[in-house]
Amino acid sequence: MSELRPDLAEVARFVPDGSRVLDLGCGRGELMRHLMDRRSCTGTGVEIDPDAVLAAIAQGVPLIELDIDHELGEFGDRSYDVVILSRVLQATYKPREVLEQMARIGSRCIVSVPNFGYWRHRWVLLRGRMPMSAELPHAWYDTPNIHLSTLADLEDLFDLVGLDVWTRQMFTAAGKHRADTGRPENLLAASATYVLIPRD
Amino acid sequence: MSGTGSVGLVRTRTARVFGGERPLVLASGAVIPEVDVAYETYGTLNEARDNAVFICHALTGDAHAAGRHAPDDHRPGWWNSIIGPGKPIDTDRYFVIADNLLGGCQGTTGPASINPETGRPYGLDFPLLQIVDFVTVHRALLAHLGIDRLLAAVGGSMGGMQALQWALSWPEQLASAVIVAASSRLTAQNIAFSAVARESIMRDPGFSAGRYLEAGTSPDTGLSIARMMAHITYLSEEGMDQKFGRRFQFDDSPDSGVHRGPGAERGFGVDFAVESYLDHQGKAFLSRFDALSYLYLTRVMDYFDPFADPHATDRLAEIGARCLVLSFDTDWRFDTTHSRVIVRRLEHARVPVSFREIRSPWGHDSFLLPIDTYHRTVDAFLTRAALDRRQRTATAPGGAR
Repeated sequence: MSELRPDLAEVARFVPDGSRVLDLGCGRGELMRHLMDRRSCTGTGVEIDPDAVLAAIAQGVPLIELDIDHELGEFGDRSYDVVILSRVLQATYKPREVLEQMARIGSRCIVSVPNFGYWRHRWVLLRGRMPMSAELPHAWYDTPNIHLSTLADLEDLFDLVGLDVWTRQMFTAAGKHRADTGRPENLLAASATYVLIPRD
Repeated sequence: MSGTGSVGLVRTRTARVFGGERPLVLASGAVIPEVDVAYETYGTLNEARDNAVFICHALTGDAHAAGRHAPDDHRPGWWNSIIGPGKPIDTDRYFVIADNLLGGCQGTTGPASINPETGRPYGLDFPLLQIVDFVTVHRALLAHLGIDRLLAAVGGSMGGMQALQWALSWPEQLASAVIVAASSRLTAQNIAFSAVARESIMRDPGFSAGRYLEAGTSPDTGLSIARMMAHITYLSEEGMDQKFGRRFQFDDSPDSGVHRGPGAERGFGVDFAVESYLDHQGKAFLSRFDALSYLYLTRVMDYFDPFADPHATDRLAEIGARCLVLSFDTDWRFDTTHSRVIVRRLEHARVPVSFREIRSPWGHDSFLLPIDTYHRTVDAFLTRAALDRRQRTATAPGGAR
C-alpha cells in the first residue's frame, strides 16, 4: 500500500477511527481507501472528474458521482461523523452553500484551503500580477480556483454559516507544520486545515 | 474496454427447479406446481465456487445473453456487448449464468405453458408475479447448479430491479449488485405506457380473453403495436434523430431521377425511416414473444416498490454487499431521478453504494450498448469486488470456505 499524500495524511489525522466519512471531492479515493483500510472507517466519496471517479470505484471506494455545488441535498442531516472538503472549497461556485450543507450533513467538518492572504501572494499582487505558487499553480484565466479567500475571510464565513473552529493547523509553502501564532497566520501560512464543529 | 471476444457457440439448457413435492410458492401465496427454467452459462466456475455472476434480463430478454447458438446466427445473445472474454463481465474470470424469467416465454414456465392441473395453457389463470418471485426462481436455479454465493447479480432495466431485490432480500448471497437504468418505483407516466401496451394486446380480437393458444388466434396486431410504442420509449429524441432523422424510405424529390417503385410516394404507409424501424421491431417481436408474458411481466414492474417497506434495507445494511447504480443521461423511460432514489435509499441506510450517470445519446437502450464509460465502470467495480472477495476468503478463519 503506497503512502498517503502528505496533505491528505494531515486531514486523516483529524478523522477518528471508525468514523463514517463523506469525502467531498475525493479524487481517486486515496484518502477514503486509507481511512477504510487503516482506520476502520466507512463512508462515501463524492467526485465529478470522470477519470477520478473510475479510479475511486476501482479502489473499492463507494463513490457517488455528483455536483458538490448543487446536489449535496442528496445526503441526510447528520448522516456522517466527518465531512471532508480537502482543497475543493476554492473551486466551488457557491462556497457558502457548500459549507452550509456540510454543517447540516456532518457532526464534524474538515476543510483544507490555500491561503490567498499568504505574504508571497500579497507581494506578487503588489507587483501587479496575479499570484501563482505551488498551492495555486494555475494562470488566472485557466484556474478552477474561482473563489480564493484569505484565512481571515474564510473564518468569517465559517462563523456566518454556524461552523465553530475546533482546531486549525497551519502549513508552510513546503507543506510543513507551522506553529499557530494567531492573527498573523493570515499573512504567514501558505495553507491551512480547519476542523469545524456545527453550532447547533 | 477493448474486449471483443465472444463466448462462441452456446446452448440453452432447461432445469426443473420446482415440482412434485416442492411446488413454487409465490410471495402472494399463490402456487405454481411445476417450474422449468431455461438457462445458459459461460466461463468456468472456479474451485472456490465464488466467481459466479448472475445476469437478470429485462422485460423481453431471454436466457441467451451471449454467444451464438449456431455459427450462422446473424445476431449473438442480447448482452453480448458486455459478456465475453476480456469484456466487463469477463468470462475468462467469471462464471456467468443467465436465465429466462418466470412468466416468460423462452423456455421458462409462464402463462403460455401447460398447467399440469388442467392440461391446458394457463392463460390468465397464471398467478400475478412480483420481482421477488423472479429472484426466488433464480435462486432455485443456483441451488440446482450447486452454487451458494454470487460475486454479483447484474441487470439493466427490469433486470436491475431483480438485482436490487436480490440484494435487499438475500444480501448474504451476493458480494455485489449492479443495477443499471432501473427503477425502484414506476411513475404514473411509466405505468401509463405499460397500460396502453396491455390495452392494445387485450383489445385485439385475437386475444380471445387470454385463451388464444387454444382458440388458434393470435393478438399479433396488439402485441406489435405494444412493442412499437415501447421502442419509442427506449430511444431518446436525440438518439432517434441521429439514427433516423427525417429520412424517407424513398426519394421524394421531383428531380431525383430515382425510379419510383409501387408505394414509393407519400401516403399512410411506411414513408419515414423511423416508421420502417418501428414496423420491423413490431413484426420481429411476434416471432419471439408471447402476448400473455407481455401482460404479466409489465404488470410486475408496475407494482414493484421495495422501499415501501421501511425495513427494506435493514439486512443489506447489516451485511454490506456493495451496490453499483448506473443511469444514462438521455434515458427518459427510467431517467436518472429513478436511479437517484435507489442511491439515496441505499446511502441513507449506510449500504456501500456507488453511482454514476453515464453520458450517452441512446436513451434507455444504452444499457445494452458498448458505451465506453459504462463498460469501464462495470469492469472496475466487478474487478474490485472479485479482488476483495478473494482477500476476504484468504483472511477468513479456516481459509477458503
